[in-house]
Order: sequence, then C-alpha cells, then structure tokens
Amino acid sequence: MIGEWLDIGKVEQIAPGTARTLPVRGADEIAVFRTQNNEFYALVNKCPHKQGPLSQGIIHGNVVTCPLHSWNISLQTGEALGEDKGCVPSIPMRVDAGRMYLLRSAVVGQKAA
Amino acid sequence: MNAPSTLMEKDRTATAKERLVVIGNGMAGCRAVEEMLARDPARFDVTIFGAEPRVNYNRIMLSPVLAGEKAYEDIIINGAGWYADNAIKLVSGDPVVAIDRASHTVVSQSGRVEPYDRLLIATGSDPFILPVPGHNLPGVVTFRDLDDVSKMLAAADRGGCAVVIGGGLLGLEAAHGLSLRGMKVTVVHLMPTLMERQLDEAAGYLLKTELERRGQMIVTGGDTAEIFSHDGHVAGVRLKDGREFAADIVVMAVGIRPASGLAKAAGLEVDRGIIVNDHMVTSDPAVMAVGECVQHRGACYGLVAPLWEMCRALADAACEKPSGYEGSVTSTKLKVSGIDLFSAGDFSGGEGAEDIVMRDAARGVYKRVVVKDNRLIGAVLYGDTADGNWYFDLLKKGADISGIREALIFGQAFASGGALLDPNAAVAALSDDAEICGCNGVTKARVIETIAAGACSLDAVRSGCKASASCGSCTGLVESLLTLTLGGEVQSGPKTLCKCTSFTHDDVRRLILEKNLRAIPNVMQELHWTTPDGCSSCRPALNYYLLCAWPGEYEDDQKSRFVNERLHANIQKDGTYSVVPRMWGGLTNPRELRAIADVVEKYNAPMVKVTGGQRLDIFGIKKEDLPAVWADLNAAGMVSGHAYGKSLRTVKTCVGSEWCRFGTQDSTGLGVKIERMTWGSWMPHKFKIAVSGCPRNCAEATIKDFGIVCVESGYELHVGGNGGIKVRATDLLCKVATEQEAMDVCAAFIQLYREQAHYLERTAPWIERVGLDHVKAGLFDDPGSVQRLAARFHHSQTYCQDDPWAERAGGKYAELHQHLAEVRPLTMEPQAMETVR
Ligand code: SRM
Ligand SMILES: Cc1cc2nc3c(=O)[nH]c(=O)nc-3n(C[C@H](O)[C@H](O)[C@H](O)COP(=O)(O)OP(=O)(O)OC[C@H]3O[C@@H](n4cnc5c(N)ncnc54)[C@H](O)[C@@H]3O)c2cc1C
Ligand code: SF4
Ligand code: FES
Repeated sequence: MIGEWLDIGKVEQIAPGTARTLPVRGADEIAVFRTQNNEFYALVNKCPHKQGPLSQGIIHGNVVTCPLHSWNISLQTGEALGEDKGCVPSIPMRVDAGRMYLLRSAVVGQKAA
Repeated sequence: MNAPSTLMEKDRTATAKERLVVIGNGMAGCRAVEEMLARDPARFDVTIFGAEPRVNYNRIMLSPVLAGEKAYEDIIINGAGWYADNAIKLVSGDPVVAIDRASHTVVSQSGRVEPYDRLLIATGSDPFILPVPGHNLPGVVTFRDLDDVSKMLAAADRGGCAVVIGGGLLGLEAAHGLSLRGMKVTVVHLMPTLMERQLDEAAGYLLKTELERRGQMIVTGGDTAEIFSHDGHVAGVRLKDGREFAADIVVMAVGIRPASGLAKAAGLEVDRGIIVNDHMVTSDPAVMAVGECVQHRGACYGLVAPLWEMCRALADAACEKPSGYEGSVTSTKLKVSGIDLFSAGDFSGGEGAEDIVMRDAARGVYKRVVVKDNRLIGAVLYGDTADGNWYFDLLKKGADISGIREALIFGQAFASGGALLDPNAAVAALSDDAEICGCNGVTKARVIETIAAGACSLDAVRSGCKASASCGSCTGLVESLLTLTLGGEVQSGPKTLCKCTSFTHDDVRRLILEKNLRAIPNVMQELHWTTPDGCSSCRPALNYYLLCAWPGEYEDDQKSRFVNERLHANIQKDGTYSVVPRMWGGLTNPRELRAIADVVEKYNAPMVKVTGGQRLDIFGIKKEDLPAVWADLNAAGMVSGHAYGKSLRTVKTCVGSEWCRFGTQDSTGLGVKIERMTWGSWMPHKFKIAVSGCPRNCAEATIKDFGIVCVESGYELHVGGNGGIKVRATDLLCKVATEQEAMDVCAAFIQLYREQAHYLERTAPWIERVGLDHVKAGLFDDPGSVQRLAARFHHSQTYCQDDPWAERAGGKYAELHQHLAEVRPLTMEPQAMETVR
C-alpha cells in the first residue's frame, strides 16, 4: 500500500500557512501546501494564468493567491476561482503518522498543459 | 467451539461455556464484556488480565483527579462487586506477555497460562516518548494511568516548576491540573497553534491568551532538543533554539501509539494498530480486538466515543447478531474548567465549502461552522459551546440545513425558532428598550430614532448615536435596523478594509491602538472578522498596521507578506528573482562594482542593468541561490536595497555643489545622510526620495514622495509627488534653512504618513484624499509635532535597520530558500523512484 505512495518527509517541514517546493526530474515541480488548518495539498507549481510559482503566494483558507497577478487558485482542485478560468493539476496527497505522501503515479505522470 | 450455541440456554453448563480471555482491563475491554453479558449472560466464562493493579476506572476523568476536582473512588466504573457478580476472574497487576495462537493460550508476566476459546485484545495505547537525550530520567512522566497521576501529585506537593511537552488535549489538561496544584507550568508545543488538530488559528489564539492570563507560560513553535538533569534528577528542558526552562517534573504528552506489540508478536496482522474488520475480528477468527489498539478501515481513534460503537458491534457479532461498525466521526472537548471549547468534523473548508463565522469579543466567543452542499461538515466553538452537541448531531446525521442556514451560527434556540429564521426578523422582534450597543448603552429605540432623523448609513448611525462606534460587535444588529427602517435605501458606507470585515482602514488602525491589539488573530477576533484567517488583502495590511503600532514588540508575520517581502527580492515572470543592493544616494565604488561583477559571473546572472532609481539590478537568481548571493554582497559591505518592499526605496541625488557649476548645496551628501536615516523602514506603500542641488532639478525631486530642491538660501521641501501610473507633481510643504531641519521634517512627514495612510496608498493619493492642509496641520500647528513624530520614526527605525539579507545569509528562514526534497525517478516507471533529501 505504501508502495503507491511516495514519502516526502515529516509534516513539520512545512509550517502552517506556508508552502514548499519539490522538484521532479523529468516532470514539473510540485508545490506542497499546508493551510492554517493543517490541511495538506499538492499542486503543480505553475499558475494556470502565466505559470507563476504558486508556492510563493499568500495562503488563506484553502486558497492560494498567485504572486504574479493575484489569481486565486483552489488548493483542493487546482481550479482558478472567481472570474478567472483555468486549472492546474493537483496531486493526491495524504498524511499518515506525521509523514506526508504523494501518489507516485501522479508525481511522474503530471505535466501542466 | 460452536457447540454451545446449539444448546438451549438453560442446558448450558459451566464447562460448555466458551472461555473468553480479555487482555486489558481498561475502558474498551470492560465495556465489551458488559455489552456481551447484556446480550447473553450465560455464553462466556470470562477472565480479564490487567496490567494496572486495580479495577476498571474512567480514564478520561484522570484530568479532574489531577486537578483535584474528583477522587479515584469517584471515577471507578466497575468495582470489585461487578467482577464477583458476573463471575469474572480478574488478574490485575499481571500483564499478558505472550499469545500462543496455536495452543489457544496466553501467558502472563508471572507465568500464568490461561487457555481461551475466544481472545479479546483491548490493550489501549502507549504514550509516545520523544527519544531526546534525558527522556528516561527520573522525573520525566507520561499521562496515561493512575500511577502517572500519583507521580505528578507527588511532584506538585514538593512545588516548583513543571514543563509539559505537547500542547494537545492531554498536555493542556496536565498543565491545568499541575498549575491548579500550585506549580509554575510551561507548555512547550511544537506547532504554532495549540491543539492544532482540533482548532483553527483563531480559536488556538484565544485559548493561548486565556491560558497565559491564568499564569501558564505557553511556548509555541518550541522544538525540544534535550531534557537535562541535576544530581540524576530532571532539572529542565532545552529547546533547539537554545531556550531553557527549569523543571522539577517534565510531562511528556506528545501523542499516543496503539499498543499493538503483543498482537504483532503473535503474528496477527498489524499496521499502525491491530487490523480488525467491521465486527472487530482480527486476522485470526478466534481473536477479537477493540479500543485504541485497533485500526479499523485505516483509522485509529484516541477518544472514547468510537470505542462504545466498536463494543456494540463486537458484542453483536460475538453473540451472533452481527451489526457491523462503520467508523466514527469524532468531536473534542477540552476538560479545563472555565474554558469552553468544542471541535468536530472537518473545518478545512475546501471547494464549495463556506465558512460562517461569528465573533463576540465582549464575551470572548468565537464560533465557526463549515457548510458544504447544504450540510454541516465541521464546527469549532470557543467560549460558548452550548450548541456543540446540536452541531455535532447535524453533522453526524448529514442533515440538510438549507432551511436554517441564515440562522445556523446563532445556535439551536434561534435556528429552530421558526419565525426567527431571518436575522432581520429576530432584530425586529426585539423590544424598544433592548440594548443594541453594550459599549455605549444605546437602545434599539435610540438607533431607530437616529435613523429616522436622517442617518442612512452605518457610519451616520455611528456618529449620530455612537451605536457600533466602539468595539463594533453590534454592527450586524445596526445594519439589520437600517434595513428594517429604511428598506432598500441603506447607503453603503466608506470602503471597508476588505471583504472580511465591516471596518474601514481608519477604524482598524484606531481600534488596534484603542483596544491594544497586538497580533493578527487578536485583531480578527476583536473586530469580528467574518473569515477564519483573512485573505490576501487584509493579512498584509494588518501585518503592517501592527508593525507600525507596536515597533519592536510586534513579531512580523512572514506568511502575511507578499512574496517579494518574504524573500527580500523581486519575483520575475519566470519565477526567478532580481537582486538590487543599496547604493547610498546613487554613489558606488570599485569594491562594490567588483562584488556585483563577481556575483553576476558566479551565479550566471543573465542580465545586470542600471535601474531608474540610480543603482544596479541583477536578474535571474534562483531562490535557492539568494542567501549565497547576499553573503557575497554583504562581504563587500552592501545591504538590501528594499527594491521589493513597501518601504523606503531609493534616494536619488544629483552631483550638487561638490562638482556642478550650478549646485547650491551638497545634494549628494544630504541624499546619502537621508538614505542612512530612512532605509529599512516599513511603509504603507513604497516611498521614494530625491535631492536636487538646484532648481534645474536633475534628480527629479518634484515627482517623489519626498523631494528636496536646494536653493541658495536653504532647502525647499516637497511632498506627494508620483512619477508612476498617474503623474503628480509635488506640493511645496515648506522651506527650511539647514540640513538638520530638512532631515527632521523628512522623518516627521514619513511618520505621519506611516501612521495615517491606508495600506497600499502612496503619498500622492493620500494627500489628495486628506488634503495638504491636513498634512501641514499635523506637522506644524503644534510646535513640538515635528520633533515628536521624528522621535517616533527614529525609535521604530532602531528595530528596522538590520540588513535582512545578512540575517538570511546567516541561515534564518532557510526553509524559504530550500526545496522540501527532490524527486529523481530512476526510470519513468513509477515503481522505480527514489526521493533524495
Ligand atoms: C527596476 C526598475 C526599472 C528599471 O529597470 O529601472 C523598476 C521595476 C519595477 N517597477 Fe518601477 N522600477 C523602477 C523604477 C521606477 C520609477 C523611477 C524612480 O523610482 O525614479 C518609477 C516612477 C516613480 C514613482 O514611483 O513615482 C516607477 C514606477 C513604478 C510603478 C508605478 C507606481 C505608482 O505609484 O504609480 C509600479 C507599480 C506599483 O508599484 O504598483 C512599479 C513597479 C515595478 C515593478 C516592481 C513591477 C512589479 O511589480 O514586478 C518592477 C520590478 C522589477 C524588478 O524585479 O526589479 N514601478 N518605477 C526601477 C527600480 C528602481 C530601483 O532602483 O529600485
Ligand atoms: C488523561 C486522559 C484524559 C482523556 N480525556 C478524554 C476525553 O476527554 N474524552 C475522550 O473521549 N477520551 C479521553 N481520553 C482517552 C480515553 O481515555 C481513551 O480513548 C480510552 O481510555 C481508551 O480505552 P481502551 O480500553 O482502548 O484503552 P485503556 O483505557 O487505556 O485500557 C487499556 C488497558 O489495557 C492495559 N494493558 C495494556 N497492555 C496490557 C497487557 N499486555 N496485559 C494486560 N493489560 C494490558 C492497560 O494497562 C490499560 O489499563 C483521555 C485519556 C487520558 C489518558
Ligand atoms: S515600466 Fe512596467 S515593464 Fe518596465 S519595469 Fe516598470 S513595471 Fe516592469
Ligand atoms: S501567473 Fe498566476 S496570476 Fe498570472
């Protein structure tokens, strides 16, 4: 079961309300988010607008505001919110016994359009 | 083994009974036995092994025992009589050490061998012990059973200090008990928020403030490095950041682990806990397990409510009426007297989820419910938990709440009141003498009178009768009254700070000072924010307002800053950064130029450019390389140019009297002095200064936020210029005779702007809004004003003039610049992948 999941380390490595990056050789970099509420999400680190690094945005609730032109992106679905249209792939993620796991196939499979 | 079930009840003999052996004389084990006895008293011949030398008691009441609110006798669930009446053999103080599934026997520590037909494992959990140096010293205790409580009470009798490691439910209850017993208690918690698994930031903040008010010291973000000793006994705790806290006792309450070792050794299927099916049967059909030691459908539980449901399913199945257990939704309450706190379900929101928040600062109440698809999915209540059970019930049932949505947050009484579904109707129903505004003692009749006399907006009501003008908690009521009295004619007031609040920028700034608010969650609570943690507009604004209000005391909140200010560099369209070191007054020298040239080469910067602000900009630096780049620039004496900040940017100068044939004063020298005085300051928006040596104005001083034009007789000081999107030439503020006066007025003007402007309002729009006369009055009407404002500016500068680059180059916030990890697939096959830290 753990085999499908890629262990990316301890939850303490990401402070609440912040994000960190995970480069993947041969595929797009991933941004791993931790909300104030200690929910964890992973998205491809590219804004659907003009590829801004979402990991560097301000996180509020379950939303990240892109640092380049302030689109609001849902951490859960990768979808742009409000008037803006676009979607960035999200990577299934789970937390177990204080460690974070990403779905292996999604880590390598993903590629932002 | 299945023979007995075919016999008639009355025919059963003692030998025909199934032999049931229970390992664990705790809450789940005994409850399971009770449930089975209730269904079929003659089915089993029961033996219970307990590691603890006593009968079964209510473990959750250990907290009140520690706090002195209950005695051991009060918390016994099954006394000796229960075991006797039901012919249960209790083997206490003798733990089972092995299970032999082949021979259907268990062996205890004392060597006793007990055969079974059915075995029930109910061993609960073990407290997790941080493996830090000193964890096994005398004086380090956990909080799990009565013996632990006895040790804590003995320590409390001797007095002194206690450190509790872990700010979750157990840790806080231990801390509360020890502090009531007279110890000086420090709680060290790894996360920034107490009970972060159950609480959101807002509720965690309220809890922390209350515990601190009660005299506990709460250290969040504290990572324990070591427990140190004196004469062989614990003496204190040292954190990784070097802080030390003295301790006569250390309580380790960092979590629990299912006690599944015995089952694992016996070859049963175990993951985190003992794996059971919906009937609480393990991988061996003769062995059942229940309680905190099990893992059911992937979940392990640490609360009693799920255990009761498990015991019900277990007994049904064991007595051949299988019903099945499907997992539990849990809720949490903290048992600390005087603190009401409730949390249940999922309050992380998510797509389509909507938060409904209500804050009542006067009563210290914070309530938040999360609704999704017309169902309640989560709730956090602080200060008033009366409706906790009602919310929990709605949540568990998945009840459709669309009919009561508007009134949901006000609680059960209100929401079920039928006619009161509409909050406006509830306000309409209030009597005329009902008090609307508690702070100013304004009645409903008085508010309606004010509205009838022409006040058509919230602001007009506020100034008309003072209702909602102080703490603002009645704003919603006043708005309802406006709607009721005027119908659709309510005028929207001045723009609020953002959609999370009904207060304007000015209100927020004023109230931060008046109410002595010192942290973002504090402001949000007291000013009734409607979102749990704000948005990307209000977080940076509040961070600035607090920084400006409490220089040196307020701790900057990095996560509320825009990326440029968080990383002290300008983000570029490709996600790299540009680096602009300060060049004081536009001056430079070979050493600085060499350092910049070296950095450009060493880090392969694709471009270096002279900026419009008289300095050099290095482009294309990766976030990982920034600290190293800064270290190199620091080595040449260069510091951050804050080209990224809502802060002082540049002081442009011209050559001035030093060289220029027209120069009247030393504009270059004055520019450098002013930049040395003002660099590093945080402002509502960016701030630019220039000094020109004569009215030819080569430094373009008349389109700067503060511009100086030197003339023969002194210095003309100009303010409110802007060369950006909308060009605005400066207004002449005054003329002074000396450099010192020019610098004093500059400092005073900046401080006035810092204290009064709205966040993201540059000096030009600020002056357009308030008028030049207002600025002049603030500076000059009272003879001491300039000096007082300047003094406040200089005071706040003492905390700002540390180069942020040096701090980062030295390793602070290193995680902002490093990747979490790196994934390198060996091939593109998902299986063959490894992670490299
Ligand atoms: C680098 C520089 C252009 C250059 O290559 O010369 C520059 C670059 C940017 N300017 Fe500027 N401005 C630069 C001088 C200016 C000037 C000239 C000056 O300062 O004398 C102005 C007009 C003067 C003024 O501000 O009144 C100027 C008016 C703006 C504005 C419009 C401001 C306004 O109030 O209307 C913006 C947009 C904003 O701030 O919202 C802006 C925003 C920006 C941003 C920050 C755009 C952005 O948000 O990413 C650019 C950042 C690039 C980077 O990463 O470094 N920049 N910008 C100049 C840096 C000066 C320095 O050494 O720090
Ligand atoms: C201080 C405190 C406060 C709590 N407050 C709350 C609360 O407010 N609300 C809530 O829902 N929950 C609370 N809990 C949790 C609750 O007490 C547990 O969920 C519950 O007791 C678990 O029941 P259990 O039978 O699985 O484990 P336990 O009650 O721990 O019983 C297991 C028993 O098995 C014994 N045992 C272990 N191994 C062996 C062995 N090899 N041989 C023989 N015996 C063995 C243990 O000594 C123990 O007596 C609290 C817990 C503590 C410690
Ligand atoms: S003028 Fe526009 S494009 Fe040029 S640096 Fe300024 S913001 Fe960027
Ligand atoms: S790239 Fe994200 S908003 Fe433009």
